[in-house]
Amino acid sequence: MVTQVTSFSRSGVSDWLIQRVTSLILLAYFLCVAGTLVMGVDYSSWKAMNETVGMRIFTLLAVLSMAAHAWIGLWSVFTDYVTERMLGPRANFLRLVCQVGTILVLLVLVLWVIEIMWVSP
Amino acid sequence: MLQVSIYRYNPETDKAPHMQEFQVDTGDKDLMVLDVLEMIKGEHDSSVTYRRSCREGVCGSDGLNINGKNGLACITPLSEAAPDNKLIIRPLPGLPVIRDLIVDMSLFYAQYEKIQPYLQNNTPAPAIERLQTPEDREKLDGLYECILCACCSTSCPSFWWNPDRFVGPAGLLQAYRFLADSRDTATEERLSNLDDPFSVFRCHGIQNCVNVCPKGLNPTKAIGHIRNMLLNRAT
Repeated sequence: MVTQVTSFSRSGVSDWLIQRVTSLILLAYFLCVAGTLVMGVDYSSWKAMNETVGMRIFTLLAVLSMAAHAWIGLWSVFTDYVTERMLGPRANFLRLVCQVGTILVLLVLVLWVIEIMWVSP
Repeated sequence: MLQVSIYRYNPETDKAPHMQEFQVDTGDKDLMVLDVLEMIKGEHDSSVTYRRSCREGVCGSDGLNINGKNGLACITPLSEAAPDNKLIIRPLPGLPVIRDLIVDMSLFYAQYEKIQPYLQNNTPAPAIERLQTPEDREKLDGLYECILCACCSTSCPSFWWNPDRFVGPAGLLQAYRFLADSRDTATEERLSNLDDPFSVFRCHGIQNCVNVCPKGLNPTKAIGHIRNMLLNRAT
């Protein structure tokens, strides 16, 4: 059995399920935000909406979903294209850099959203 | 006249592969692509190399890339493959070329071996055969007919990128053939061998395999069944 230390959950079925569930959460969040914007909103009501506990939890849930979803998706892309088979012997090091870079960027985005939504207001 | 372009590569004499052109007189008959290859080999250039055996779509030897689509040369008519009288024949994509239209199928067979394509049953052998109900036997329809021609796996981008780790549509169709067999008792072991991020889950359901299968089988559907079995087992 193939296992990969940089994959999100180390399990194929778990990664697959997480990617489906997180995509539904992201869809719901997108519809919520897009719906609000389309219906017309001014700054004060937008700020008031995002200050409710419900919306702050929803936003955190969405950004965590985005991080997990992107981690699994980009990990698949890197293990498809950035491989020794495709790019030669240096590819393994390059892939590790890509994977660790992705994980760090995603973690920074999550922490940033936590800082904006939960700490600074 | 049929214009034929064939992929040529002899590693002993060629530095790189090239395409060779032939003009073939088919007498306006709707020949099979294999017939055209036989005419070229017999009348134009005897060094053109390809695999063939039964010439009736049973052995799976002559899987080729015909005008961009994988198929068996022996059962692909010119009217279907080359309606504009231009025929481009290449080896199956994604596998190393040994010579001309012959590819090295080792990786393909290694994946087939990995799924343990034989019945495993740990209960005492009965005095007669292990019987199946007609309903249980029906579950194997659409699975057992695979002739391992590799048209599906070599049309699958996931198999091109990871032929050593993704089992591929042909192997997974056979994996499900044994998972679905009422006489097989190794279901748990078979599933745990497939529950990694590569073996099954590199299938993204683009259905190239379904599009090219010369036997009309549906590996994507079988892969969906395996995924559901893995999901039911894990949740």
